[in-house]
Amino acid sequence: MESLSTTKPKSRLSNSNLLFIIAGIIFILMYGFSLISFPDSFMQFQTFFDLFNFNAALFIITLGMCIVMIAGGIDISVGAVCGLVTMACAMLLESGTENVWGALFLALGIGLAFGIMHGYLIAYLEIQPFIITLAGMFLAQGLLTTLHKDPINVTWPAFVALRNYTIEIPWLGAVNRLGVFIPCEIKPGVFVVVALVILYAVLMKWSRFGRNVYAVGGNSQSARMLGINVKKTLFFSYVICGLTAGIGGFVFLMTTGAGNIGNGALFEIKAIAANVIGGILLNGGVGNLLGAPIGTLTLLTINELIRAAGVQSNLQAIVSGLLLYLFIVLQSIIMSLRGSSKFRLALPSWLKLNRLQDNGD
Amino acid sequence: MLTEIILKMEGISKSFPGVRALHNVDFALRRGEIHALMGENGAGKSTLIKILTGVYEKDAGRIILDGRPVHFKSPQDAQNMGIGAVFQEIALCPNLTVAENMFIGRSRDAFVQWKQMNAKAAQMLDSLGIPASPTQELASCSIAVQQMIAIARAVDMDCKILILDEPTSSLDEDEVQKLFELMRQLKARGVGIIFITHFIDQVYEISDRITVLRNGELIGEYETAALPQIELISKMMGKALSDVAAIKKHEPSKSEDSVPIFEATALSSAAGVRPFNFTIRKGEVNGFAGLLGSGRSESVRAIFAADKVTGGEVKINGKRVKIKTPLDAMKQGIGYLPEDRKGDGIIDELSVRDNIILALQVMKGFFKPLSRKQTEEFAEQFIQQLEIKTPSLNTPIKSLSGGNQQKVILARWLLTHPRYLILDEPTRGIDVGTKVEIQKLVLKLAEDGMSLTFISSEIDEMLRVCSRLIVMKDREIIGELSGMNLTEQNVMHMIAQGGK
Repeated sequence: MESLSTTKPKSRLSNSNLLFIIAGIIFILMYGFSLISFPDSFMQFQTFFDLFNFNAALFIITLGMCIVMIAGGIDISVGAVCGLVTMACAMLLESGTENVWGALFLALGIGLAFGIMHGYLIAYLEIQPFIITLAGMFLAQGLLTTLHKDPINVTWPAFVALRNYTIEIPWLGAVNRLGVFIPCEIKPGVFVVVALVILYAVLMKWSRFGRNVYAVGGNSQSARMLGINVKKTLFFSYVICGLTAGIGGFVFLMTTGAGNIGNGALFEIKAIAANVIGGILLNGGVGNLLGAPIGTLTLLTINELIRAAGVQSNLQAIVSGLLLYLFIVLQSIIMSLRGSSKFRLALPSWLKLNRLQDNGD
Repeated sequence: MLTEIILKMEGISKSFPGVRALHNVDFALRRGEIHALMGENGAGKSTLIKILTGVYEKDAGRIILDGRPVHFKSPQDAQNMGIGAVFQEIALCPNLTVAENMFIGRSRDAFVQWKQMNAKAAQMLDSLGIPASPTQELASCSIAVQQMIAIARAVDMDCKILILDEPTSSLDEDEVQKLFELMRQLKARGVGIIFITHFIDQVYEISDRITVLRNGELIGEYETAALPQIELISKMMGKALSDVAAIKKHEPSKSEDSVPIFEATALSSAAGVRPFNFTIRKGEVNGFAGLLGSGRSESVRAIFAADKVTGGEVKINGKRVKIKTPLDAMKQGIGYLPEDRKGDGIIDELSVRDNIILALQVMKGFFKPLSRKQTEEFAEQFIQQLEIKTPSLNTPIKSLSGGNQQKVILARWLLTHPRYLILDEPTRGIDVGTKVEIQKLVLKLAEDGMSLTFISSEIDEMLRVCSRLIVMKDREIIGELSGMNLTEQNVMHMIAQGGK
């Protein structure tokens, strides 16, 4: 029982911001550790930029997933949708159409189609998101293998030019062994990442939609009573996630230049992991959108670190898994220490057996 | 005082499949009054409120707001017409800030003006005297403050009618007074308040008028000042006055020198209750009194070893025994009816029969199952004895009403023939009629020689049943009352003064 006598209680840090700060500290510690352990590779700016250059698609997909997770849902189809987009766009570009805009629209269209379908089924028919997006994942994978089994390299010169296009930063770089200055290079996909991070962060912080997403994720029943259109909010969170997966697919193609069955494989899992590391709680309602890129960076840094250490690849997976355990347990402990509630693992509503239902009493 | 009627509900009826929830109910609310809506569980209060707030659609009847007939299709409709509601389960989002909770869902603007919103919220909180800062996360506010914020939101939406559904059930005395202060302020501003509560004292403290519903029908509307409490209760229950008043307390036999049936010294548990001494004699009914969180439940849980016992000594009939688990306690003839009926008590999916025999079966061990015939006999016997209303023995317990579920759990313990039975909040959330039945049963059991500990958050209920009260505060026993000293005043004084 708190006393009411205190007139103006001090505003304490919100859970979202606390977890975000922790995610930031973890990343800085992780990167600092990398710098100290392997200065040869991590001391170079290019190594940092390459995290973005080669993983732009993952960053993008994590952003979409982040919004869905804040809304209290999950979308495990994004990896497969991303792969499907790369293959479909590659086929289009190789079919002689030779139209980058056409490919971009195709990518957005596929993402949007999956987003709308999932959003409708989950929000308006109230089916569990896990099951629906699992079905979506199979569908997208099936379509992907049906379209083409073998990798397709896009050979159209205009697109190859786009793939190879890099932006050099003349004032930043490293001198190689031969004494030649090599400037840092950034791929166009990175700009898409930066643009989307800014756009989505603004959306989540300042737009009515963004705040409604937080409300719905925090307590959908309450959100409804507060006059928020819960179904519409959920619907659009999945639409945005699907659309983002489409963009991610296109950026993936821009990075690798090939459609391949393996493209985007396990991205949904990595995106979830990255978001969790970034302080976005699986139960929804808590998390800062900027946590998504931070979490992705941490995840990628861990992988780089393990690779730099020369550990076997199966050990890489083991270490990643263990670290993920650690983060999630750490989060749960922090959240339980703050809240008055007893210690429990943070489980999302769709994983709980007895969901709260309006019993009409 | 203005007596202008702002809301009139006429001939409201509503049926659900198989149930007639409301039949031809009238209700009128005046500007600037606090109007208590009273009735037992299932009387139709919730249904009436849900119709008024646009959650349900009425089958028949009219709603006239400010002289104009209105029709609500959704909660938003009702909100826009100036009807605000604050429910027992606070319908706010804990992860948003205080200011956001006051303003979200109201504006159609695409973007949020944080500064403006925080300033407006600060002004509102100030004017209503609510101790919260606009930028605070709602989860960091106490329940009472959250409730006030919900009210502030409704007030800011220019509500003419404010519905408060069980707002005080999780508040302590101080917080209730704060809330009442706020209600009086709003009343002075001309807001009509509909107040629903189980606490009859609170109705008399704050309300101007009372409307009583029973079984979905209107019993009447009364001036609070002109309706004695006992009459209100009888109107709610539809029973003769004598039934309510005629509970006679059982005084245990005056064999003070006899060995207590249960005696604990310096008992403590992992749940954090301070080491305490406790005794109970044969045929005695005692109780732990104290505010929510004072440690009364933790104490009885320690007796039953429901929480890990960390120290102390227990004697049964003067003989030292070890009670480390609930099963040990059961084997010593102790029964415990837990506070959390849904969580610790009933097993939802199992039948009434299975729920009744559960404890006995556990004590016998699962390798010696009771025969089906035996279990049916036991179940039949208790269904009759306790008047449990169930369609059959094999009905899943979850489809029974709260009161009947409670009786089933009582039957479960009675079947094990305990010498000492602990009842933690046995009457919570059940209707007044069943409450009285359970109180009578407790006294009858005591007369038959059973010892009982009875805990309730309603002090007058404990005063009616217990012959000795152990008063707790801040997880410590601060005193004991019995005989002539056993009055509500004394308990309050003891809690107020003791344990400093």
